[in-house]
Amino acid sequence: MFQFMHYPPQLWFGQLSLGLINGSFYALLSLGLAVIFGMLNIVNFAHGAVYMLGAFCAWFLLNGFDIPYPVLVHGHLALASAHLPSHLNMWWALFLSPLFVGIFGMILQRTMLRRLDGLEPIYGLLLTFGLAAIIQGLLQNAYGSSGEPYDIPGVLSGGHNLGFMFLPNYRIFVVVASSIVCFGTWFAIERTRFGATLRAATENPKLVQAFGINVPLMITLTYGLGVAIAAFAGVLAAPIYQVNPTMGADLIVVVFAVVVIGGMGSILGSIISGYMLGLIEGVTKVIYPQASGVIVFVIMAVVLLMRPSGLFGRAS
Amino acid sequence: MAEAALLRVENLQSWYGESHILHGVNFEVGKGEVVTLLGRNGAGKTTTLKSIQGMVARRTGSVVFEGQELIRQTSNAIARAGIALCPEERGIFASLNVRENLMLPPPVRPGGLGLAEIFELFPNLQERLSSQGTKLSGGEQQMLAIARILRTGAPLLMLDEPTEGLAPVIIEQIGMTIAKLKAKGFTILLVEQNFLFASKIADRYYVMEDGRIIDAFTAQSLKANMEKLHDYLGV
Ligand SMILES: Nc1ncnc2c1ncn2[C@@H]1O[C@H](COP(=O)(O)OP(=O)(O)O)[C@@H](O)[C@H]1O
Ligand SMILES: [Mg+2]
Repeated sequence: MFQFMHYPPQLWFGQLSLGLINGSFYALLSLGLAVIFGMLNIVNFAHGAVYMLGAFCAWFLLNGFDIPYPVLVHGHLALASAHLPSHLNMWWALFLSPLFVGIFGMILQRTMLRRLDGLEPIYGLLLTFGLAAIIQGLLQNAYGSSGEPYDIPGVLSGGHNLGFMFLPNYRIFVVVASSIVCFGTWFAIERTRFGATLRAATENPKLVQAFGINVPLMITLTYGLGVAIAAFAGVLAAPIYQVNPTMGADLIVVVFAVVVIGGMGSILGSIISGYMLGLIEGVTKVIYPQASGVIVFVIMAVVLLMRPSGLFGRAS
Repeated sequence: MAEAALLRVENLQSWYGESHILHGVNFEVGKGEVVTLLGRNGAGKTTTLKSIQGMVARRTGSVVFEGQELIRQTSNAIARAGIALCPEERGIFASLNVRENLMLPPPVRPGGLGLAEIFELFPNLQERLSSQGTKLSGGEQQMLAIARILRTGAPLLMLDEPTEGLAPVIIEQIGMTIAKLKAKGFTILLVEQNFLFASKIADRYYVMEDGRIIDAFTAQSLKANMEKLHDYLGV
């Protein structure tokens, strides 16, 4: 009956700690999606792409950036590039990458997403899907699909031998950093004045604006915040999964399942189900590895059948 | 009303999509007055308040407040200019507790009521500060909806049917509140179906029908015009 207890503890702890790592990324990404969906009523399909941009941004900050420019060679137009050197390590990237990508997101929102105001959510989904394809395509064109390694700062390398397993320091760091960002975001939305305004604007933007609050600006900032959290996750992921144009596309499908399970738009729901599903995946890898790739989707199907609004969603 | 009006509405027209709702509304409200818009259901009273507040996308004409033209302003700019609305549906936020609902509208000028003064007017609210906003009774929600615009310091308060669906004791409490607010110097534009209620606190009345103002009375001339009024309101 307790046959699964016969698996060696090293395997258990190894997979559970990996599950917690994956869960950290699920939580960060689904959190951003929930924040954006609540305020903009847009399913941000570009979320995987901005996560990947966050990782690339970190890579550029460490290795420098090649700026392409057109030149004439024997009367033909060609591309040359100038190298803009940079040696800013991960500590810088954890701050600068969400900032740059967040600003990029706010520009997208102001110039494009805003035009979809009042249309069905499907239009936002299609537009962000297209944007994701463009961003991913451009980077694939420039850097291929093989992936670039990204080094972690010295303090975070190495690890602790706990006797029953070797725990890399970087895994501890990822779990701690993501928990801090998740908790901080939850706190900002549920417990501060700014968060109360945000929640109110999610419920009734017209009335909140009529109280003297610049709701369009709040919407832009919210999109920037959601995107910045994804970029932060991308920086954290860079040393683990390498920096790769497809890293976001691979992950985002699972993250959408997580969002559906947690309940579309629920902040706490997306955080809890993010970590929970990462752990469940880890457990599955130990006791039935063949199912680890689909377990999240099986759970999603069951949740949809029993509670269509998700585990933490408010039935509408 | 010899001096310039605090609020002057001229030829105000508005539309919801293709439907033309207000067909040229004209009236004014002097500083410190309580002015009531009367009229049957669907006459356009709510739409008038929303148009003044800038919440109806398509509107033309003129809304001048303290000498400033607001017709082209966004609703947040209008709020910051000093006009505050207590909407007909009350607009209490379910995802905010009572304190958060109360603190939501930002102050737009100095001179708003402090929390102590607000709790003096509405003692019930103080006891329920951490309840979910929509868990309050209908009367308490109405008090919360009024209370939250008193904090902002907006000198013009627009109250859309504050007595709708409430018990007589609570209606009385709201009537006393409006009288106190008037005494404190607030200017109030009130929409009411409850004529008896309005008659105790209003200085002047306008009657609306089909998106226009069709008549006006002062409190003094009310008695003499009772029959006409009953006719307008169908009571
Ligand atoms: N959001 C809306 N869309 C379309 N028509 C509306 C809307 N709100 C109100 N109306 C119409 O506008 C007219 C005036 O409504 P309203 O201003 O609410 O009247 P009152 O407040 O005097 O009862 C009514 O005919 C009503 O059906
Ligand atoms: Mg009305």
